[in-house]
Amino acid sequence: MKTLAELQAIRDRMKDTVNLRSGSGSIRAVVGMATCGIAAGARPVLAALVEEVSRLGLTDKVTVTQTGCIGICRYEPIVEVYEADKEKVTYVKMTAEKARRIAEEHLQGGKVVEEYTIGAVENA
Amino acid sequence: MIRSHVLICGGTGCTSSGSMNVKAKLEEELAAKGLSGEIKVVQTGCFGLCALGPVMIVYPEGTFYSHVTPEDVPEIVEEHLLKGRIVTRLEYKEGAELTQPGENVSLNDTDFYKSQLRVALRNCGVINPENIDEYIARDGYMALGKVLTEMTPDDVIQVLLDSGLRGRGGAGFPTGLKWKFAKGYDDDQKYVCCNADEGDPGAFMDRSVLEGDPHAVLEAMTIAGYTIGSSQGYIYVRAEYPIAVKRLQIAIDQAHEYGLLGDNILGTGFKFDIGLRLGAGAFVCGEETALMTSIEGNRGEPRPRPPFPAEKGLFRKPSILNNVETWANIPQIILKGADWFASMGTEKSKGTKVFALGGKIKHTGLVEIPMGTPLRQVIEEIGGGIPNGKKFKAAQTGGPSGGCIPASLIDTPLDYESMAAIGSIVGSGGLIVMDEDNCMVDIAKFFLKFTVDESCGKCTPCRIGTKRLLEILEKITSGKGTLEDIDKLEELCNYIKANALCGLGQTAPNPVLSTLRYFRDEYIAHVVEKRCPAGVCKDLLKFVVDKEKCIGCGMCMRNCPASAISKTDYVAPGHKLPSVEIDPDKCVKCGVCMGNCKFKAISKQ
Repeated sequence: MKTLAELQAIRDRMKDTVNLRSGSGSIRAVVGMATCGIAAGARPVLAALVEEVSRLGLTDKVTVTQTGCIGICRYEPIVEVYEADKEKVTYVKMTAEKARRIAEEHLQGGKVVEEYTIGAVENA
Repeated sequence: MIRSHVLICGGTGCTSSGSMNVKAKLEEELAAKGLSGEIKVVQTGCFGLCALGPVMIVYPEGTFYSHVTPEDVPEIVEEHLLKGRIVTRLEYKEGAELTQPGENVSLNDTDFYKSQLRVALRNCGVINPENIDEYIARDGYMALGKVLTEMTPDDVIQVLLDSGLRGRGGAGFPTGLKWKFAKGYDDDQKYVCCNADEGDPGAFMDRSVLEGDPHAVLEAMTIAGYTIGSSQGYIYVRAEYPIAVKRLQIAIDQAHEYGLLGDNILGTGFKFDIGLRLGAGAFVCGEETALMTSIEGNRGEPRPRPPFPAEKGLFRKPSILNNVETWANIPQIILKGADWFASMGTEKSKGTKVFALGGKIKHTGLVEIPMGTPLRQVIEEIGGGIPNGKKFKAAQTGGPSGGCIPASLIDTPLDYESMAAIGSIVGSGGLIVMDEDNCMVDIAKFFLKFTVDESCGKCTPCRIGTKRLLEILEKITSGKGTLEDIDKLEELCNYIKANALCGLGQTAPNPVLSTLRYFRDEYIAHVVEKRCPAGVCKDLLKFVVDKEKCIGCGMCMRNCPASAISKTDYVAPGHKLPSVEIDPDKCVKCGVCMGNCKFKAISKQ
C-alpha cells in the first residue's frame, strides 16, 4: 500500500525519465556523432554529458542529443551548446573529463569554459 | 544511463501493421550494438496517425518515423541512434516548415499535430501504458490524492459543474449533474460504470484511450466512487478490443499492488474496486440501460426510462455511467481546475473532443481539438484533405446515430449546439469523410443496414420500422422507387424517432433524414431519372461505349466476364476496325472493361 507521499516520491523519481519525451529543454548540448566523431571518441563524451546532466538535476533544462558531421573533423569530438538568444558555443577536442566540467560550469553555472572553445584552441 | 527513448506505437492500428516485429528487431539490434543500456524502447498507445503505421518516435529529438519495417531498423540504429543522423527517408514531415534540408522535424510542427490540443489523449503515445510509474510521473493519481485528502464529494461535483464537462459518448449530458443526481439517492450500494462498448462504425477513440492510458480511466472512476458514495465500479468493454482488455487488466492489477484500488486507498480508509465485464459485440449494449442489463448477466436489452440509472441503474441501485473519453478528462480537471477546462472550447461546449478521422481523407487517424474547431480545419489542414484530387462532398458525424454535414456547411464549428442546429450530432466522435464518388442514398442505406442488424428487437418502431426504411432505400437504389416513397421514408423516419424505446432506435433514422435534407436531389435523381449521380448504385449504372473513340482493339471483349460486349458494323472515321457495344441485359456492371480500355472510350452513366 502506498501513501500520497510515496506516490509523490515515485513521481519525482520518474519525472526525469518521462521528461525526456516532452521535447527539448531550453539548452541543447549537441555531440557530433558522425564516423569521424565516434572514431575520435565521441561516445564516452556523450555518455559523460548525459550522466552529468542527470546527476546535476538539469534534465528539465538541458537536452543532450547527437548530430552528424559538423564539418571540422580535425577538431572532433565536438560538443555544441545552443541556448535561446545566445550565441552558439562550440567546444572542440573533447574528452569525458572536459565534458563533465562543461556540464558543471556551463550547463549548470552558465559560464562558458573559454579554454575548450574552438576560438581558444585555434589561436593556441 | 538512458540518453534516448524510442517509442513504438502498440495501438491496434500499428500492431496490425506489424509494430511488434519492429520492436523485436530494434531490441535485437540495440543489444548487438551494445546500446541497450543507454537507449530505452517503450511500447506506447496510439499516436493518432494510424494510416502511417507502424510509427516510431525518437526522443529527445522527437523525430517521427512512419511506415517503419523491421528491415529499416538496422539503418535507424546505425545512423540515428548511434551517429545522430536522422534517417530522412522515413521521417514524416508533412506541412512542417523546413529551414534547411535534412533538418529534424518535431512531430508537433506537422500539420496533423500543430492545431491539436491533447487533453484526453495527453498520455497516448507518450507513456508506456503497462507501467504505472510512467503514469504517475505524468501526475497520475495525484487528482485522486487531492480528492481524497482535500475535497468533499460536493467540492468534486462543483468543480465538474463549473468546468462545463459534458458526456463525450455522444449525448452531451453535463457530467457534474449526472454525478449530483446519483449522489442524491441514498442506498447501501451504488455503482460506477464505464462505457467502453464503442460500436459506431469508424470510431476508435475510446479504444485508443484504453490502450494508451488505462490508468486515467481507473483514477477517474475511483474519484467518482468517492463522490457518489460507491465502492464498486465496472468497465464494460467490448471483447473485440483484446489489447485494451489486456492493458486494463494489467492496470487494475498494478493499481491494486500500489493500494490505489482496494480496501484502504492511499491510507485514507476509502474503499473502491473495479471489475471488467466483456461485451459480446451487440451495438445496443452501448445504450446505458442495455449495458447495465448486460452486466447483470441478462440479454442486453434497454429498459424504459424513467427511472433513470442515477436512481435505479445497475442491479436497480443508483448508478452512473460515463464514456471512456469523459473519464479521461476528469483527473486533469481536478488537478488543473474548472477554469482551465472551461477556457477551452465554446460558450456551451467546453474542453476538447477526440475525433476518429476515416473514409476519404489523407491522414486517417485520431485527432483531439478544442470544441468549436471548424470542420474545414479538421479536414483540410489536420486531415490533409481528400486524396486523389477529389472534391469533398460531405462528412458523417456520430456514425449510424448521426447525420451528414454537406460541403456547403464545411465551416460549421464542431460543437454540440452547432451540430444539432444542422441536424447532425457530435456523437462519440467518428468522422467519416466522403468525396464525390460516394452516393448519399447508398450511405444512408449502409447505416440502415447496420441498425437493422443491431436492433435488439424489443420495441416495434425500431424492429420493424428500421427494416421498412431499409426496404424503401433498397427500392430506391434499385431504380424502382417513386416520389411517394421519398415522402413515406420521411414520415416513417419521424415516426420511429418519436416512438422508439432507446437511443438506438430514436437516432437510427438520422442518416436518412440528414441526407434527405441536404441531398434530396440525389434521391430524386434515383427515383425520377433512374440515375445514380455518383455512379455507385449498380442497378442504375450503365456502361456505354463512345463509338467515335473506340478503335476496335477488342481488349474489353476479351476481358468481359459476362460476354456482354460485341462488335458493331460501325467504323469510326480514322479507325480501321469496327467499334464495340455493350449489351445492357448481359452486363454485370463490374467495370472491368472501363479499366482495360486504354482509349477512354468506355464510361459509366
